Amino acid sequence: MQGNRLYEGQKLALKYFTVAIVLFGAQLLFGLIAAIQYLYPSFLFNTLDFSIARMVHINALVVWLLYAMIGAVYWLLPDEAGVEVVGVKLGTLAFYILTAAVAVVVLVYIFVQVGPGNEMTLWLITEGREYIEAPRWADIGIVAVVLVFLYNVYATVLKGKHSGILVVLMADLIALAGLYLAGMFYTDNIAVDQYWWWWVVHLWVEATWEVYVAAVGGYILIKTLNANRQVVEMWLWIEVAMMFGSGILGLGHHYFWIGTPEYWWEIGALFSALEPVPLVGLFVHVLYDWGKERGKGNSIKNIPAFAWLTVETFGNFLGAGVWGFMHTLPQINLYTHGTQWPAAHGHLAFFGAYVAIMISAIYLAVQGKAGLKEMKMTKAGWWAISLITVGVLLMTVSLTLSAYTQTMVERGMHGATWEGYFIAQANKWFVQGMGWRLASGLAVVAGYALLVYDLLTVTKKQPAEVTEGEAAVQTA
Amino acid sequence: MENKPTSVWTSNRFWRRSATWITGVAAVLLILLTFDSMGQMQMGTAEDIQNKVTKRIPSPVVINYKIDYVLDPYRGHEVPIIGGKTVDSATGKVSSKFEEKEKFFGRDDWSEEEARALIHKGKLTIQAKNCMDCHTLLGNGAYYAPDLTKAWLDPAWSSEGPLQAMTGANSKEEAMATFLQNPDKYPTHERMMPNLGITPEEAKAVVAYLKFMSAIDTNGFPRNFGKIKGAVDARK
Repeated sequence: MQGNRLYEGQKLALKYFTVAIVLFGAQLLFGLIAAIQYLYPSFLFNTLDFSIARMVHINALVVWLLYAMIGAVYWLLPDEAGVEVVGVKLGTLAFYILTAAVAVVVLVYIFVQVGPGNEMTLWLITEGREYIEAPRWADIGIVAVVLVFLYNVYATVLKGKHSGILVVLMADLIALAGLYLAGMFYTDNIAVDQYWWWWVVHLWVEATWEVYVAAVGGYILIKTLNANRQVVEMWLWIEVAMMFGSGILGLGHHYFWIGTPEYWWEIGALFSALEPVPLVGLFVHVLYDWGKERGKGNSIKNIPAFAWLTVETFGNFLGAGVWGFMHTLPQINLYTHGTQWPAAHGHLAFFGAYVAIMISAIYLAVQGKAGLKEMKMTKAGWWAISLITVGVLLMTVSLTLSAYTQTMVERGMHGATWEGYFIAQANKWFVQGMGWRLASGLAVVAGYALLVYDLLTVTKKQPAEVTEGEAAVQTA
Repeated sequence: MENKPTSVWTSNRFWRRSATWITGVAAVLLILLTFDSMGQMQMGTAEDIQNKVTKRIPSPVVINYKIDYVLDPYRGHEVPIIGGKTVDSATGKVSSKFEEKEKFFGRDDWSEEEARALIHKGKLTIQAKNCMDCHTLLGNGAYYAPDLTKAWLDPAWSSEGPLQAMTGANSKEEAMATFLQNPDKYPTHERMMPNLGITPEEAKAVVAYLKFMSAIDTNGFPRNFGKIKGAVDARK
C-alpha cells in the first residue's frame, strides 16, 4: 500500500468499483422480482415480465462483475508494475462512455423491452441471446472501451515491472476480449448460433474468468498475508495449466444436445469432469498459505478481504466444481439440461467464483484508499458476509430440490412436454423450493445493505491503535 | 528474481512452459474440432431432401413434410424423422423417407427461398421478443416456460390436444399462431405468456421456425418426448 497516496489508476479503479456495487444492487432487485414471479405469476405481468426481470438480473450481474474486474486490474496494475497507468485519462473517458452506454441499454431493456422481428431490433433494442442480449451498437461500444483498457494494461506493464501475475493477466485479458467477438453475429441456424454463443459464455466463465480469478486471488494473497510471491506465482501457472487444460475443451459439455456431432459427449464429459480439479487446488493453496503465515506469527493485513477470498475458494469449488460436475455427464445431463439444475449451479458458481473475490478486491481498495496498514472486520461486515453466503447457499440448495423434482417429474415421468412441464412446476416440492429461494434471496438483500454500509464505514470503525504485535496476537 | 529451484516441480519456469503448451494444444484441438463440427452443422438444402440425404440441421423446406420424433434402436435414442420412416431390418436403424408431406398454412409446396425467408423472419422474431429469457430452445435459455425444442410435436397442440381446441383453430400451425398473437387471452395456467405484440406475419414465421427446429438432430434431447403421457399421470 502507498498510504494515502493513490495512483491515478487506482482512483479510476474506485470509480469502477462504485458502479459495480450499484449494479450489484440492481442485480439483486431484479432477481427478487423474478423470484416473486415464480410464486405469484401475476406480479408485474404484462408490465415488467419475467423475461425482462431475468434479463436485467443476469445482465446486471455480468456487467457489474466486468466493472469490478476492470476495477481490480486498474487497482493492482500500477502497484504491481510500479508505474502509473499509462493512459489513465483515456481510461477515465472510456469509463464515462461505458457507464453512459450501460445506462441507456438498461433503460431500453426496461422501458422498450422488445421490438419487431427485424434487424433493427437487434441493432438498437436487444439481440435476444441469453446473457449477451446487449444490442449490437452497445457491443461495438464495449469493444472500443475494452480496447482502451487493454492498451492501458499492455502499455503500463511494458513500461514497468513484468510480474508473473501481470503476464498471466495480459494473456488472459486479450483472450477474454477477443472471445466477445464470437458473439457478435447473426445466423438463421440456431445450432451454429448456440455453438458460437457458448464460445463467449463458456470460455468466459469457465476458462478466462477463472484464470483472471486465480491471478487476482494471487495478488490478494500477497497483499493480505504477505504470501511469498514466488510460491504464489508458481501456483498461478499450475492453475493456468489446469484451468485452460480442462476448461477449453470442457466447452464440449454444452455441445451435447444442440445439433452438434456425438463426439462432444466424450470430449465434454472427460474435460468438464476435470474442471473441478484446479478449483480444489485454489482453496488448498489459500488455506496452506494462511496456515503457513499464521505459523510464522504474521497477521492478516485485511481481514474482510481475506474472509471473502476464503468464501471465494470454497464457493468456487462447491458451486462451479461440485454443482457443475453433478450434472455435467451426458448420461445425467440428458435429463437435467434445461431444468432448474443449471440455475442451482449458476447461482452458487457465480457467487462463489466471482462475486466473492470481487468483494474481496473492493475491500482491499477501501483499505488502500484510507491508507490503513491493517483492517479488521466490523460487526456489519461480519453480518454481511454471513447473510450473503448463507443466503446463497440456502438458495442453491432450494433450487437443487426444485431441480430434482423437475427432473424426475417432468423429464423422467412425462418427457418434457408442455403438460409435463406444468405438472412439475405445480408439484408441491418444486413450489416449496421456489419459496425457500425467495426467502434466502431476502437474506442476501439484507446482507447487501449491510455490505454497502460496511464498505462506506469500515475504515472509520477500526480499533484506534492496531499495532502489528497486537494484531498478531489477536489473529494467532 | 527467482531463486534456484530445488526440483523441477517447484520451478516457475517449468510450470509457465507447461501452462503455455497445454493451453496451446487445447486451443488448437478446439479449433480443429470446430472446423469439423461446423461442416456437420451446416444447414441442408432442398436438394439434400430430394436426394434423401439426412442433415443434422435440415433445409427449411422440411416445413412441407410431416415431422416425427421416434426411437432409433441403433443410435439408442430418439431421432427426428422427416416425411415418414424406413427401418433397416439388419441394424434396426431408422431413417427419414422424405416422402410424406404435410400442409403448412394450407400449402406443402413452399419453395426453398420462401421457406428460408420464413425461418429468417422467425429467428429474428425469436430474438427480438427475447423468447430465450423465459423458454429454452435446444434446452438453452430460461426455465420459466416449457422447452421449445420439440414444441411442434407437443401432443397438447395436436388435433386432440387441449391447446388447439382452446384457440378454435383447425390446424396446429394456425392454433400456435393464434396463441402467439394474443397469449394473454388464452390463460392455460396461472403462469401466462405476456403479450409481446407479435404480428400475424411474425407468428407464422415463428411457428415455421418451431417446425424447422423440431427436425434438428439433437442427439436424443429431450428424452421420451410425449411418450408417457397418460400412462404415468398421477392426476388421472
